[in-house]
Amino acid sequence: MSTPNVIVLSGHGLNCEEETAYAFELAGCPADIVHIQDIVDDPNLLEQYQILTVPGGFSFGDHTGSGRAYANTLKNHLMDELQNFAERDTLMLGICNGFQILTRLGLLPGTLLPNENPIYLDRWVDVRVEEPESPWLGGLETFSVPIAHGEGRFHVDERELETLKDNNQIVCTYTDGETSEFFNQSANPNGSVENIAGVTSHDGRVFGLMPHPERALFFPQLPHWTKLKSDLMRDDKPLPEFGPGLQIFKNAVTYYEG
Amino acid sequence: MSTRFSISLNVSDVRAKKFLRDTEALGLTGAVTDVSLVDVYTLEPDFSKDEQKKIEEAFVSAPVQSGVFGDIPEPDSFAEEFNWAILVGYLPGVTDTIGRTAKKTIEDTLDKKLGEHEDVFTAQAYFLSGKLKQEDVETIAYSLHNPLIQYARIRSAKEYKKENGFPIITPNVQLEGNPHVDDVNLWVSDEELEQLGTLGIQNADGSRRGPLALDLDAMKVIRTYFYGKRRHPTDVEIEALAQTWSEHCNHSIFSDPIDDIYEGIYRRYIKGATKEIRKQKGEDDFCVSVFTDNAGAISFDDKYLITHKAETHNSPSALDPYGGAMTGIVGVNRDALGFGLGAKPIMNTYGYCVADPKNSQKLYRDKAKTQPLLPAARILSGIIHGVNGGGNESGIPTPQGFVTFDDRFRGKPLVFVGTVGLMPRMVAGRVMHQKGAQRGDYIVVTGGRVGMDGIHGATFSSVELDSASPATAVQIGDPITQKKMSDAIVKEARNKGLYNSVTDNGAGGISCSVAEMARECGGCRVELETVPLKYEGLAPWQIWISESQERMTFAVPKEKWEEFKALMERHDVEVTHIGKFTDSGKCVVRYNGEVVMNVDMDFLLHDGRPIAFQQTRSYEPIPSLSRGTKKLDFEKVLLDLLKRPNIASFKAISQQYDHEVQASSVTKPLQGKGQVNAHATVSRPVLTSEKGVVLSQGLAPWFSELDPYAMAAYSIDEAVRTAITAGGNPDHLAILDNFCWCSSKDPERLWQLKEAARACYDTAVAYGTPYISGKDSMFNDFKGFDAKGASVKISAPPTLLISAISVMDDHTKAVTLDLKAAGDVLYVLGETKNELAGSEYLTMQTKQAHVLHDGEKVPQVDTDTNKKMYEVFALALDQELIQSGIAITRGGLAVALAKTAIAGGLGVNVDVAEVSKKLDTDEILFSESAGRILVSVRAEDIDAFEELVDSSDRFRIGEVTDDEVITINDAKEEVASLPLEKAFDAYHTNHIPS
Repeated sequence: MSTPNVIVLSGHGLNCEEETAYAFELAGCPADIVHIQDIVDDPNLLEQYQILTVPGGFSFGDHTGSGRAYANTLKNHLMDELQNFAERDTLMLGICNGFQILTRLGLLPGTLLPNENPIYLDRWVDVRVEEPESPWLGGLETFSVPIAHGEGRFHVDERELETLKDNNQIVCTYTDGETSEFFNQSANPNGSVENIAGVTSHDGRVFGLMPHPERALFFPQLPHWTKLKSDLMRDDKPLPEFGPGLQIFKNAVTYYEG
Repeated sequence: MSTRFSISLNVSDVRAKKFLRDTEALGLTGAVTDVSLVDVYTLEPDFSKDEQKKIEEAFVSAPVQSGVFGDIPEPDSFAEEFNWAILVGYLPGVTDTIGRTAKKTIEDTLDKKLGEHEDVFTAQAYFLSGKLKQEDVETIAYSLHNPLIQYARIRSAKEYKKENGFPIITPNVQLEGNPHVDDVNLWVSDEELEQLGTLGIQNADGSRRGPLALDLDAMKVIRTYFYGKRRHPTDVEIEALAQTWSEHCNHSIFSDPIDDIYEGIYRRYIKGATKEIRKQKGEDDFCVSVFTDNAGAISFDDKYLITHKAETHNSPSALDPYGGAMTGIVGVNRDALGFGLGAKPIMNTYGYCVADPKNSQKLYRDKAKTQPLLPAARILSGIIHGVNGGGNESGIPTPQGFVTFDDRFRGKPLVFVGTVGLMPRMVAGRVMHQKGAQRGDYIVVTGGRVGMDGIHGATFSSVELDSASPATAVQIGDPITQKKMSDAIVKEARNKGLYNSVTDNGAGGISCSVAEMARECGGCRVELETVPLKYEGLAPWQIWISESQERMTFAVPKEKWEEFKALMERHDVEVTHIGKFTDSGKCVVRYNGEVVMNVDMDFLLHDGRPIAFQQTRSYEPIPSLSRGTKKLDFEKVLLDLLKRPNIASFKAISQQYDHEVQASSVTKPLQGKGQVNAHATVSRPVLTSEKGVVLSQGLAPWFSELDPYAMAAYSIDEAVRTAITAGGNPDHLAILDNFCWCSSKDPERLWQLKEAARACYDTAVAYGTPYISGKDSMFNDFKGFDAKGASVKISAPPTLLISAISVMDDHTKAVTLDLKAAGDVLYVLGETKNELAGSEYLTMQTKQAHVLHDGEKVPQVDTDTNKKMYEVFALALDQELIQSGIAITRGGLAVALAKTAIAGGLGVNVDVAEVSKKLDTDEILFSESAGRILVSVRAEDIDAFEELVDSSDRFRIGEVTDDEVITINDAKEEVASLPLEKAFDAYHTNHIPS
């Protein structure tokens, strides 16, 4: 197979589309940034793509609930097209606000509620991959990425939680790892049930993640890279160029390139 | 008939938990046993049952939430019945952003357009249970709303039931009367003319319209001008002149002669410095656009420019800290968007000068004590959240900022906000930083609609805050409306060449933006009735000067109009063609065909404004206190210093501002294991380039009463030094000046200003760091009353904020302030002098600030020595010889040692006698001498480092240890041995209200 076509949505306050598209480009596959109104005007547009990404941001300012208004726009104008898209052998990724939007659409399970401490929080977390078989997560075990959100507390009721577990849909959890140990911070930044950081759809192809892998593409984006650099210099080792987030985008591209 | 739709949460509500915590903080511990919050949407249009069902599905996430039409549902989860209910919503005319989104969602869901005046209003209902008295509930309600922009209704359970709940409230604006234009008679006595200038135009009922901030001389010049035209001016003309001639828009104090400086301090000292530096730099000049546009621009690389602009939003933030700060940050974002043909905002900066949140002084704007100033803690908390909303929602990272505490900021806080922009040098053969409206271009306004909000903002901030300060100056921003507009401009319209010029609508609204752009071609003609309004009934003068937010003005060529319009509409941005640019030499405004303003462009744009001849009076501060004992418990002193608001961490702010969006963050606002707030941060705005942008800030209001020249020099040195310490390039570093003064008509204040400006010239020229943009705010005074009704005047100390921006070639060489490894060697670079005056240490020890203590000096900046050292430091950094670097600033060497150790999670063992054999221990440890950096260097790099750095500039004081203790000796005698954990806890004392 060949390089997939990637679409990254924009508009109405989504704001991470440029760096997310750049992440795909760095992973070897340029992406198109398309304003949602352009798809509403031409819904067939989605047919030419294999990977759809709803990036992070503050769509409609989180008014009436994070992701809700954007999800409603999609629901009211593009639900059939999105269902058709999902039924093909496609991948879909929602990061942060994109994750919130995909849950509001019902393409992903759960709800993202205000953080336990109801203040917007920007910090780094460590994420453990629970399902290495996921097309999104190959080659990753535990990786460090930043979060930046006010509504990231993943919530499902107990029965649904069991279903998610049975179906192996809980693919990423917050864990004690390199950055939380370095900064002596709690693993779970927002009170998510069972430390859930990311889930997939039943078939595993739709992936939602609260942390931002597109902000961890390069080594000097890590929160403690100057300390790591100092250690590496002392061992006469070169600096790595890339950060842990890039692998997720590479995985998506590789899924098609086989 | 309006209906009400309410949403409540069925799972544990974190907002309720926060409510209970906040109530405890009000001193009502345990009084509220249960609380339930309900989001209430009041919908003006009627909806069928079927439509209601669709709305419910769109708004409610079952099973987590439930929604209901009709009465607000009372809580059913309480152990007992509720005792009180509070409803908080917006007053008429206040921006309700959630209501707007809700309306759009309803329209989209029902696939029908709602009428222009069929709005959605949001409110929040609180049901409380607990043994609460009426006054307790009033205290709680006051903490939940700002009476200038919101209403709060309180009902006991009994009243609530008797009245069948809260009434339906639809806060529509109802304006009386018929909008019309009045002529203003200026042929009156001097006394009346003066009153007109200070209090505003008189309405038919005798009330006044609000300050014009025009003095008698200005009023007389206006009278003479219209006498020449043989007519009275209209109210539109008077209000427009008041805007463009206001101190806020015009900076007359900086422009007008002062003592023997005939060209004014701005031209001589600020612009003059930049001119001199650019001349000296010759081919190495990196300035691209200075002082002429909404922001200043310097070169980034061959392809890009970066812009920077810092603003203040002090007066609005005093009245409504949340809305004031938010409109401040989104306003300065528009300075980037309005630079050249539009730069993309890529970073925000902030700086808050406020009273200590523990300050409990009650102050009132009026003698009758009906207009209280908000409590100090609420002012800070509101400001923090305003910038949180504005910055985070706009998707612009906020890496750099500070917070400074001083009780002289109790009357008016200073709220600094800045935005860095990025713009390609050329697109499709067009130079992006140049612009010019052409004759015949359409005048086009995009973004928000015009209302009463923000009327007299510009003139209001040109006077003191008092009881006459207009509440209409208060506004709330709508970052999402602006974000849509921003995307449309910098991601599409600009690159398609759809307009010839653009500027921001800030102070003075379209009256200023259109006039400024009309200068480019020589005139304009506006049809005022075409301007889209939030509600009917605005008078023409109000439409012309309203500062309603999120608007930009464009000059669009006629043939590009349709394409421009379609593009904006696709982005859901309202766009209106309101007139034409001309070359008539006149600013002509019509309202329904009638000419309501016809003024010569030259007269309007400041040329007619009378010049003030300002005189200063110098003074010598008189030494009054001895600094007391020198025998101290240094461990305790250091711990106490680390806990002080001006030194302790403000992590709570740094972490709630997204500093990593756009994926540009390189060194973070919190550095090292111990998460110490950095003085400077590095970002990488173009991910395909290795270059980094360094941002830092400097200010020193604590020195201004003692030595204003030294204060300004220190502010510049601090900004430059902290930027270079983080990796900034001394040869590619520009600065911005923001003067915030007080009582600026007082000759002694003017003398301080002149001294500070003189230092600005000397220091910047010596450092080779040009000013590229600046702004001033000259009346940061509060005149009001205390709890006993006695008059009070509180003036903010003269404050100069210097913001630095530098471009470094390789972002991977950036340096952070945390120690890296035991065994590394510590050096103090730069000389430590006996300069304790105004220091945090003396302020703490004597419990008296801003007093000159016997024999002590304010830090003086030795620019020649510093410049050489900074250049050598930059070389060492480039050779990767620096493991950690921290500029020595507030708190002196001892605090810098503690911070670098806390950040690294490592101990230090130093002997400060290496710094000086002459000075007392406390002088070495706590003097705030400028020009100093504390660095750590690997043992194997010592030779290379010492070869590079002149021995007179470096003082090897000790080394990094792994014993987690800060050990300080003076001539081999131990003076402090402080466990790192204790230092960490002290430093992380939180002073930031939630």
